[in-house]
Amino acid sequence: MSVLFRTISGLGGMVRGTIYHLGAFTRLLAAILRRSGIAVSRPGLVSQQVHFIGNYSLLIIAVSGLFVGFVLGLQGYYTLNRYGSEEALGLLVALSLTRELGPVVTALLFAGRAGTSLTAEIGLMKAGEQLAAMEVMAVDPIRRVLVPRFWGGVIAMPVLAAVFSMVGVIGGWVVGVLLIGIDSGAFWSQMQAGVDVINDVLNGVIKSVIFGIAVTLIALYEGWNAKPTPDGVSRATTRTVVSGALAVLGLDFLLTALMFSN
Amino acid sequence: MTNSDAMAIAEPLLRFDAVALGYGDRTILADIDLDAHRGQVIAMMGGSGSGKTTLLRGATGQILPQRGTITVFGQDIAKVGNDGLRALRQRMGVLFQQGALFTDLNVFENVAFPLRELTTVSEEQITERVLEKLNAVGLRAAAHLKISEISGGMARRVALARAIVLEPELILYDEPFAGLDPISLGIIAQLIRGLTDRLQCTSVLITHDVAESFSIADRVYVVGQGRLLAQGEPKELSASTNPYVKQFLNGEPDGPIAFHYPDSPAFENWLRQKGIEP
Repeated sequence: MSVLFRTISGLGGMVRGTIYHLGAFTRLLAAILRRSGIAVSRPGLVSQQVHFIGNYSLLIIAVSGLFVGFVLGLQGYYTLNRYGSEEALGLLVALSLTRELGPVVTALLFAGRAGTSLTAEIGLMKAGEQLAAMEVMAVDPIRRVLVPRFWGGVIAMPVLAAVFSMVGVIGGWVVGVLLIGIDSGAFWSQMQAGVDVINDVLNGVIKSVIFGIAVTLIALYEGWNAKPTPDGVSRATTRTVVSGALAVLGLDFLLTALMFSN
Repeated sequence: MTNSDAMAIAEPLLRFDAVALGYGDRTILADIDLDAHRGQVIAMMGGSGSGKTTLLRGATGQILPQRGTITVFGQDIAKVGNDGLRALRQRMGVLFQQGALFTDLNVFENVAFPLRELTTVSEEQITERVLEKLNAVGLRAAAHLKISEISGGMARRVALARAIVLEPELILYDEPFAGLDPISLGIIAQLIRGLTDRLQCTSVLITHDVAESFSIADRVYVVGQGRLLAQGEPKELSASTNPYVKQFLNGEPDGPIAFHYPDSPAFENWLRQKGIEP
C-alpha cells in the first residue's frame, strides 16, 4: 500500500514540479520581454553580449560547420552516385544545412558553448551577492543583466547558424568538387535552382531564431534559479546543456512538421 | 529654520520599532528598537551569527519584518510597494559583507555603475566623481584593474567607494573593517566618520570590531541571543556593568555569551549515528 502511495505521490510531485518550472520559465520570459526597452535605449549592452556570445562561439561553429559539410559531401556522394545523380550533391548539401543541420547543430553547440557560460556567469553573480547588490542599489537585475544577454543570444544564434551553413556548403564543395571531382557548375547551379529562399532559407532562419530564444532562455533561467553554491552552479550548468539540447530537438520536430508538411 | 524643517531633521532616517526579523517560521532577532538620525554613526555589534546581517537586510527591504515596523526616510518599508522601495533604495548606499563587486566590470566601472544606472550625469562628471571616490579609499591608481587582479582588502575598499559614490542619505556598512590591514582600517574608519559629518547622512555599521567602531560611533547597539542586549553611547557602554556587554567588549571567554554553538536534538541524533553517545 505504502509503495503504491509513494509511487502516486512521486508522480504527482513530478507533474507539479514540471508545471511549476514551466510556469516560472514563462514568467521569466514575460519579465524579460516587459523590460526589453533597455535593449533599445542602451544598444551598447546588447552589442557587448552579441560580441561575447557570438564572437567567442564563432570558431567552434565554423570548424564544426566545415566538418559537417565534409561528411555531407561524402555521404551524399555515395548515396547519389547509386542513382547517377551526383550533380545534385550541391542541392543536397545546401538543403540539409539550411533546413536542418545548420539551425539544429548550431543550437546544440550554442547550448554547450554560450549557454553554459551564461548559466555559470549568472549563477556565480548570484553566489557572489552581485544580483542582490544590484537590487539593493535600486537597479533591476532582470533588466540590467538578463535582458541584454537574452537579446544578445537571440541575435547571435541565427547569425551563427548562417555561418555554420555557409561554411558547411564550402565543406561540401571541397569534398564534392575538389576531392571527388563533381562538375563545379552542376554543383552550384543545382543548388541555385533547388534552394528556395522562403521555403528553405527563411524557414531555417525562423528555426534558428526560435532555438536561440529557447536555448538562451533556458541558460538564463537555470543561472537565475541556481543554488548559490559551487555545486548548485555546476548542476545548473549541466541542466542547461541537457534541457537545451532536448528542447532544440523537440522543437525541431515540431517546427519541421509545421513548416515542411504539405 | 521652520518648524517642519526642524521636524524633518529630528525624525530618524531609519527606525526599527519592536521589530522581529527572520526567515520563514524562524525568528532570528526580536524586539529590536533602533533610531538612526542624520549626522550619526550607529554601530550594530554582536558576535558571529547573532543576526547583524539580518538587521541590514531588514533595513534594505530584502526581508520584511515578521512583527513591528521598519521606517526608512519616514516610510514604512513593508507598505511602500516595489516602486516605493526602489525610490527608497536610491537614497541608500550599502556595503556588502563580501563586497559583491561585479566581476565582469573593472574597478572604475564598478564604482561608476550606480552613476550610470541611476543618474544622467555626463561622462566627464562620472570620471571625475569616480576618481574622487577611489582617491578617498586610496585606490585611484587601481581604477583600470580587473576585480580578479585586486586583493580582498582592496575589493572591500572599492565596494566602499561604490556604496558612497551617489553620496546617499543613509549608508549601511556590513563589516566595513573585516579583512583590512591596520593602516587601511584607521583611514576607512575616519572616512566613514568624515563622510557622515560632511554629507549629514546616517551611517549604520554592522561590525564586531570594538576599538575602531567605538572611536567613530555616536551610538552603539549590541545584539545577541536573539534580541537587543544593550545600547548607548560608546562611553556609557564602556562603563556598563551589564555582564553581556562586558564580556563582548572585553572579549572574555567566560560569561553569559557562550562560545560553543548550542547542542540540539538533530546534532545528538547525528552523533548517535556516528556511534557516539552524546
